Amino acid sequence: MIGRPIHELTEAYRRGETTPTAATETYLARIAKLDGELGAYLTVTREQALRAAADSDARYRAGKARGPLDGAPLAYKDVLCTRGVVTTCGSRMLEAFVPPYDATAIERLTAVGAVMLGKGNMDEFAMGSSTEHSAFKPTRNPWDLARVPGGSSGGPAAAVAASLAAGGLGTDTGGSIRQPAAFCGVVGLKPTYGRVSRYGLVAFGSSLDHIGPLARDVTDAALLLQAIAGADARDATCLPAPVPDYAATLAQGVKGLRLGLPDEYFIEGMDAEVERAVRAAVDVLRGLGAAVERISLPATPHALATYYVIAPAEASSNLARYDGVKYGLRVAGAKDLVEMSSRTRAAGFGAEVKRRIMLGTYVLSAGYYEAYYGRAQKVRTLVRRDFDAAFGRVDLIVAPVTPNVAFKHGEKEDPLAMYLNDIFAVPADMAGLPAISVPCGFSAAGLPIGLQFIGRALDEASVLRAAYAYEQATPWRERRPSLG
Amino acid sequence: MPGITREDVLHIARLARLELSDPELETMRAQLDSILTYIDRLKVLDVTGVEPTSHAVPLVNVMRDDEVVPSFPQDEMLRNAPDRVGELFRVPRILEDSA
Repeated sequence: MIGRPIHELTEAYRRGETTPTAATETYLARIAKLDGELGAYLTVTREQALRAAADSDARYRAGKARGPLDGAPLAYKDVLCTRGVVTTCGSRMLEAFVPPYDATAIERLTAVGAVMLGKGNMDEFAMGSSTEHSAFKPTRNPWDLARVPGGSSGGPAAAVAASLAAGGLGTDTGGSIRQPAAFCGVVGLKPTYGRVSRYGLVAFGSSLDHIGPLARDVTDAALLLQAIAGADARDATCLPAPVPDYAATLAQGVKGLRLGLPDEYFIEGMDAEVERAVRAAVDVLRGLGAAVERISLPATPHALATYYVIAPAEASSNLARYDGVKYGLRVAGAKDLVEMSSRTRAAGFGAEVKRRIMLGTYVLSAGYYEAYYGRAQKVRTLVRRDFDAAFGRVDLIVAPVTPNVAFKHGEKEDPLAMYLNDIFAVPADMAGLPAISVPCGFSAAGLPIGLQFIGRALDEASVLRAAYAYEQATPWRERRPSLG
Repeated sequence: MPGITREDVLHIARLARLELSDPELETMRAQLDSILTYIDRLKVLDVTGVEPTSHAVPLVNVMRDDEVVPSFPQDEMLRNAPDRVGELFRVPRILEDSA
């Protein structure tokens, strides 16, 4: 059952064909054998996983399983707090940080019986698109070890792709769930802003941070979202809206759905193989009965620049808390408080995090605030208005996730070249809209390509339904990397 | 062109409480300059009269009942402190000795 989706695995538990402990042991053995090369995990929680699996075994034996995620072996991005388990954020700053509580999303998965295998690697503080900015090690792409898995949720995405976890959680501030999902050939869902509580998520860009599933198929993504979505008194930005039954509408098909294909998501310089795969996917959707029309989202070319004002501004403010006083790293020997903080931050943060803190501090500083931050917030409104106008005509937007397939380690040393990777992913974060990446083919070199659906706020159901219809009509999910 | 100078970088680094080495300073200057040049493309847009978006989802003044709920035990919350004395965080001296 290794490498099968969660819903099949837990169905096999129910039928008594295997047990959570057997599955967990097999996954742990695979991690021990393969993760030295892959680098998907920062921490493997072996003992805890086996204990949780044994509890799950007992529930199945007693006929008291807690639903389709009971006994599911998962990988959680290391930006999510786990009580008693070190949570590093991929940073030296938090190398020894042991949270006193669980993130709400993890608490909810634990409550329905999920088994944590460990904490997934990531770009430091979720800043990056390749997982090369992890302070501890890079993660490799299971389809080609010379290439990056994407980022910042590269660890859990690679773990799911390589069958070192049955599913997982990532976070998406500027594409960090969908871009690695596309590069690794798995499903990644960024829900509506506020759909999932961020209590216990280490903050990066507070108006942009989202938690969501990384999964082997769309059904699993729906099940994982079902478990983590919904109001939480501990996060005031978490929406009180009711959570629909996502699985119930999954198989309704796309007949009658109106899909918009935005001109601005097919740009000069994008990989021809990606464009071909996405256009072929659109033909499949048309064949399934969807009505496809060309649309325009004219602010799109400005979204990335806007993101690189707003996200670093919020990051510079959020990361001010790492001052060496209350938790995290402290460099010894400083003669006063300012020197202690400045030297601690110099030693604890990597180059990309420093760059973003500097950029964010600059755009918020006296004399530049209105020219950069104020203007970016207004352009963000233009991005949002584009989507509002489009959703007056269409039900979903269909687009590529990235302009290219996974690139090689060390290939994007220029920070701006790295940032441009998220050009198609960032607008949905800016507008807080639900968006999914679902595999839509492979390049000639055998690298996965992702198809993106973007929906109206809180309409994850339609996003999942269209992704499911496409997935069921195509063979991509059955292909596996040859690793191990 | 934003024209970021070495002095700008030093000023921002001081505000951000970030000690930078000499080589880091020059790299940072060049990279910030390049990123800000890219960002400057936003200046061609006319945003007159456009209201700013601070959050994608409009939620204001989320209130809860004013009820006392249990907090985390102090000792547990202090467990990650790099240096502490009893229930306090210990830091380097911040005031001059005036006595």
